[in-house]
Amino acid sequence: MQLNGAEIVVHCLREEGVEFVFGYPGGAVLNIYDEIFKQDAFRHILVRHEQAAVHAADAYARCTLRPGVCLVTSGPGVTNAVTGIATAHMDSIPMVVITGQVPTHAIGQDAFQECDTVGITRPIVKHNFLVSDVRDLALTMKKAFFIATTGRPGVVLVDIPKDVTQAVCEFEYPQTVEMRSYKPVESGEPAEIERAVELILSAKRPMVYAGGGVILAGAAERLAELVRGTGFPCTNTLMGLGAYPATDRQFVGMLGMHGTYEANMSMQLCDVLIAVGARFDDRVIGNPKHFFDPNRKIIHIDIDPSSISKRVKVDVAIVGNVASVLGAINSRLKSAGRRPDAEALANWWAQIEQWRSRDCLKFDRASPVIKPQAVVEKLYEVTAGDAYITSDVGQHQMWAAQFYKFDKPLRWINSGGLGTMGVGLPYAMGVQFAHPDATVACVTGEASIQMCIQELSTCKQYHLPLKIVSLNNRYMGMVRQWQEFFYGNRYSESYMDALPDFVKLAESFGHVGMMIERPEDVEGALREAFALKDRLVFLDFRTDQTENVYPMIPGGKGLSEMILV
Amino acid sequence: MRHILSLLMENESGALSRVSGLFSARGYNIESLTVAPTEDPTLSRMTIVTSGSDDVIEQITKQLNKLVDVVTLVDLTEGAHIERELMLVKVSAKGADQREEMKRMADIFRGRVIDVSDDTYTIELTGPVTKHDAFLEAIDRRTILETVRTGASGIGRGSRILTTG
Repeated sequence: MQLNGAEIVVHCLREEGVEFVFGYPGGAVLNIYDEIFKQDAFRHILVRHEQAAVHAADAYARCTLRPGVCLVTSGPGVTNAVTGIATAHMDSIPMVVITGQVPTHAIGQDAFQECDTVGITRPIVKHNFLVSDVRDLALTMKKAFFIATTGRPGVVLVDIPKDVTQAVCEFEYPQTVEMRSYKPVESGEPAEIERAVELILSAKRPMVYAGGGVILAGAAERLAELVRGTGFPCTNTLMGLGAYPATDRQFVGMLGMHGTYEANMSMQLCDVLIAVGARFDDRVIGNPKHFFDPNRKIIHIDIDPSSISKRVKVDVAIVGNVASVLGAINSRLKSAGRRPDAEALANWWAQIEQWRSRDCLKFDRASPVIKPQAVVEKLYEVTAGDAYITSDVGQHQMWAAQFYKFDKPLRWINSGGLGTMGVGLPYAMGVQFAHPDATVACVTGEASIQMCIQELSTCKQYHLPLKIVSLNNRYMGMVRQWQEFFYGNRYSESYMDALPDFVKLAESFGHVGMMIERPEDVEGALREAFALKDRLVFLDFRTDQTENVYPMIPGGKGLSEMILV
Repeated sequence: MRHILSLLMENESGALSRVSGLFSARGYNIESLTVAPTEDPTLSRMTIVTSGSDDVIEQITKQLNKLVDVVTLVDLTEGAHIERELMLVKVSAKGADQREEMKRMADIFRGRVIDVSDDTYTIELTGPVTKHDAFLEAIDRRTILETVRTGASGIGRGSRILTTG
């Protein structure tokens, strides 16, 4: 079948079963947009800024594990998308980003809306392509989806010059793709799995440390089988929340810079650590030297060899899909006919319970001003713990992570690696498109929300009934907290002056706005907002200006060097 | 420690910048980098000379292997190998004494004079990088007008062969 490049793009997206394309039109992609107009295989979602298109597609991928797709024009379309691409890249999210480019003959001529897209995005994608011949287009699209969704997932960008979208060639979509230079591993080395099983069985103070890799591999059930089968304590990283049910007794909370006392102490003092789909990053292990313990054995399961022994040396390295490796370990443990030392495990749990009784997340419940933690707690109650929660970046993100007890994977959508303020609202949009009947709330702050506030207009266009829970303390809270702790209370440029009236702002976009100032009104406001099933509600909670996130491990300090409340 | 990494990669536009970008983005040392297509025009062979601790070299090889365009990679310094560099040096050669001395030094280092003018010689040397360093040390520094070095290329000895398989 003879098709032009624009038709080929649309056909490829249909062949890949794409449901949504998030995008923004412009000169270089007009041919593609013309073909989008003529088809109904997928929906195009028009955002108000390209950054939001990428974030929304990213969130769609985070909550469905299907690749997110977005489409932007050349030049400024691409540069606006860069923050979104880097955000998804840092969290290993499967995405295909299609970008328009000036015609091939104009490349390098400083043409209107030209930029070196492949060059600009090279360090922030898993791979990218510039398609200079229409005959390469279908195979490139196939490769893009293949690379994005296999191995350690990631962003693949396909840059398509405008003349390529006009040129015609014979189209046939390849059913399979074979690349000699890209062969992701699946199952782990049996010998390493055997060594891991032996270590697990010999553990006296074990700890399971699970990260976003478990979520991305859809391996939460297998993780639960391992944790329940062994009786071991389990912690999740920020990206791993929901990988193990937070309401389960064996869950000791999130670990790291703002992790719980019990999680960080168990991590520091365990004798066998099982790291699954996590990468010992600097927000988890702030000081690898302090963490080092020659008597602790570490098993590390990860799909990406470069994540292993990067910051922390490990004893047993298993490269493979964590679902496949956990399955193998579980079945070997079942057939082993032995169990870890029960008495040692009971003693270890007694120690952990003592740490847990420290109640490190306590806060002043009698406060006359609204405590941000209390809002998240009420949000959890009102939504029965079953909502999709997106967040922006800062204190509110940490409180959401600490106080919303995620029992299921794919429910907690946030920017962990890049830490991008502004993602919360477009993330909530992406989730609501993927799950139109689900309850979706964006926990944010008055600083973050203003970074992509224009998307309230997109929400109006598509009738997205999101609930925006803004913890408004009139500060960039996390910046203020660091300035209080480490910069002698000099609050340099972290105060949010001249804030808009968020109620009127929401109303001007056609939504519902509410302002809540008293602790006794928090629950009622949340119930009222979530009862409005078909409306977006912006809840402007005026919270305690000086509240800090505890516990806190100062940058570069060890896990046991927490600042506690 | 100094390592010579040899890799086969897809001969795609931009492949070189993926490698060089990786080194600059992650702060790895790069002493030299050479690249050219192989007998199979779809493949390029690249030799990278780098240095770092064992941990850093391990990360470099893992990160290079992670690049989608990289087909295979070997650290030549892990086994028996041969390393060669081509160096062209233009030196001042004025008067019989200086010309005689320069010719003699070139001979000692098994170099060849490949271009001659009234007051210059251009000398070609092939060999390991250390030999070329030694040559530049041995001759009178003030006579050196230009130095052009390709950076090392390397290959495994005997049956040590880097293939796509």
